[in-house]
Amino acid sequence: MKSRDWLRSHGRALVIVVPALWLGIFFLMPFLNVLKISLAEQVIAQPPYSPLFYFSESGDWHFKVSLDNYRDLFNDDLYIAAFLNSTRIAFISAVICLLIGYPMAYGIMRTTPSWRNPLLMLVALPFWTSFLLRVYAWIGILNNTGILNNALLACGFIDRPLVIMKTEVAIYIGIVYSYLPFVVLPVYSTLEKMDTTLLEAAADLGARPFAAFLKITLPLSWPGILAGFSLVFIPALGEFVIPDLLGGSDTLMLGHVLWDEFFANRAWPIASAVAIVMLLMVLGLLVLQNKVNRPPPQA
Amino acid sequence: MNTRRSPPMTLWLWICFAFLYFPILSLIIYSFNVSKLVTVWAGFSTQSYATLWKNRQILEAALLSVQIGLATATLAVVFGTLLALCLTRLGRFRGRSLLGGLASAPLVMPEVITGLSLLLLFVSLEKTFGWPKRGALTIVIAHTTFAMAYVAVIVQSRLSAMSVALEEAAQDLGAHPPAVFFQITLPLIAPALVAGWLLAFTLSLDDLVIASFVSGPGASTLPMVIYSKVRLGLSPEVNALASLLILLVALGVTVVGLLLGQKSRDHRVVPGVEVKKVDGRLDDDRRPPIG
Repeated sequence: MKSRDWLRSHGRALVIVVPALWLGIFFLMPFLNVLKISLAEQVIAQPPYSPLFYFSESGDWHFKVSLDNYRDLFNDDLYIAAFLNSTRIAFISAVICLLIGYPMAYGIMRTTPSWRNPLLMLVALPFWTSFLLRVYAWIGILNNTGILNNALLACGFIDRPLVIMKTEVAIYIGIVYSYLPFVVLPVYSTLEKMDTTLLEAAADLGARPFAAFLKITLPLSWPGILAGFSLVFIPALGEFVIPDLLGGSDTLMLGHVLWDEFFANRAWPIASAVAIVMLLMVLGLLVLQNKVNRPPPQA
Repeated sequence: MNTRRSPPMTLWLWICFAFLYFPILSLIIYSFNVSKLVTVWAGFSTQSYATLWKNRQILEAALLSVQIGLATATLAVVFGTLLALCLTRLGRFRGRSLLGGLASAPLVMPEVITGLSLLLLFVSLEKTFGWPKRGALTIVIAHTTFAMAYVAVIVQSRLSAMSVALEEAAQDLGAHPPAVFFQITLPLIAPALVAGWLLAFTLSLDDLVIASFVSGPGASTLPMVIYSKVRLGLSPEVNALASLLILLVALGVTVVGLLLGQKSRDHRVVPGVEVKKVDGRLDDDRRPPIG
């Protein structure tokens, strides 16, 4: 059985090589390619960017790198505004998510044990239904003639419809709604791991429950808080669908700029430069998170 | 921790769950509206479902999305399982930490970046090798790349939670590694594979941004068609479609929940989402596979 022998001696390598090759080609290589294109110049051609290496007619190698795209990025008010908007909106959304999600995870933790799993399942369930359709649902709710305004008008709380659609508030609502489970689940899992005898000890020593929460529970759930924060902040930073459907045209975000540069303007090099800047922000955050999480806090 | 429920906490949970589920309910309720205005209730009707059934564009897109989802989920389970095996069962090898990083990076990458970078790669490849042509194939490749990371997380948590005793026993009794895998490991991780397959299928069916980037002319997936309709405003057909999809997901999750619930009741929270104690810290590759 030759093939069996071969499989025996090479099986281990095969198990490593197949997924590694796939990720290398379709995940690592694309980023190198984007980096390359972000250093090229915009030209009117197919594809619309200049090569970094090329042969001139005399047969010499040429190598040309241009940082113009990055210079444009940092000198153009549009990009700076988009960058600031994205960071601000992603940060505030992540904080709101934590303010809503932390007490939620804490509340689930404190219900009777038989209720915990069903409640957690209810938290994660919306994640399995279409993201796009859940964002779409908010158009129907927040519109000037939408469900919320109709209800408030009918109850007499307001005289004329609240303008929420196409504002930044609508973006916050959309992001918080879509990403809330991403905060609740990691926070819950750190709370669940917590050594509860610490709280008993605190109570025995005379700490009030709230003081014990501030001094013990909150610091110990720090990894969950941080994980939840970045699970909201990172995708929100590049969010495209929510600002596009719920936000106004005056609130530009990075994801939107990248999309428009690419699809509307066919400006591939500048879109690539936007992607690289976003990528660096994401990587920075991940490195930071790793640093805080390691060494692991002793529970 | 004491499990006494305090009234404010219970109220807070009610408010949060109402916030999570009200939009979904509103979609379903208003899909039965007579009025074309969608959010102005004018009476009960199933008109929008009839219109949906006649909309060929949506039906074709749904069919394409399901095909892409099936291919993606299957590929993602194969590659994701291999990846999980590499990271849990093969000990040390050169490039292990790089592979671990590559395995979890797609989970946190903003979609626009993944989409743009893959498209640019496909363009370069097509220019150099004449392959792959942009369309359903490139969407499957792109979806597989990020879905396999999710599958890997699920399978990895299953592999590291189960004891290696059975595998070692089989090996001691003379079984070759492939035989050990197919006869011992595979049946034991089957629930995780099912959960991973379903998650990959759902992720693929749901993705708009990456598909929009890497798709070519003629290949419009369901989210792409929905998006082009939704941009123009509310549409009763989209509400009807949403209700059907929600029904499908609810059914699927219930069935899988029942299937998996019988297998392991201890820690499993949701199909595919395990929240459990892992040596006292929340590690990158051990947190619930969301994100």
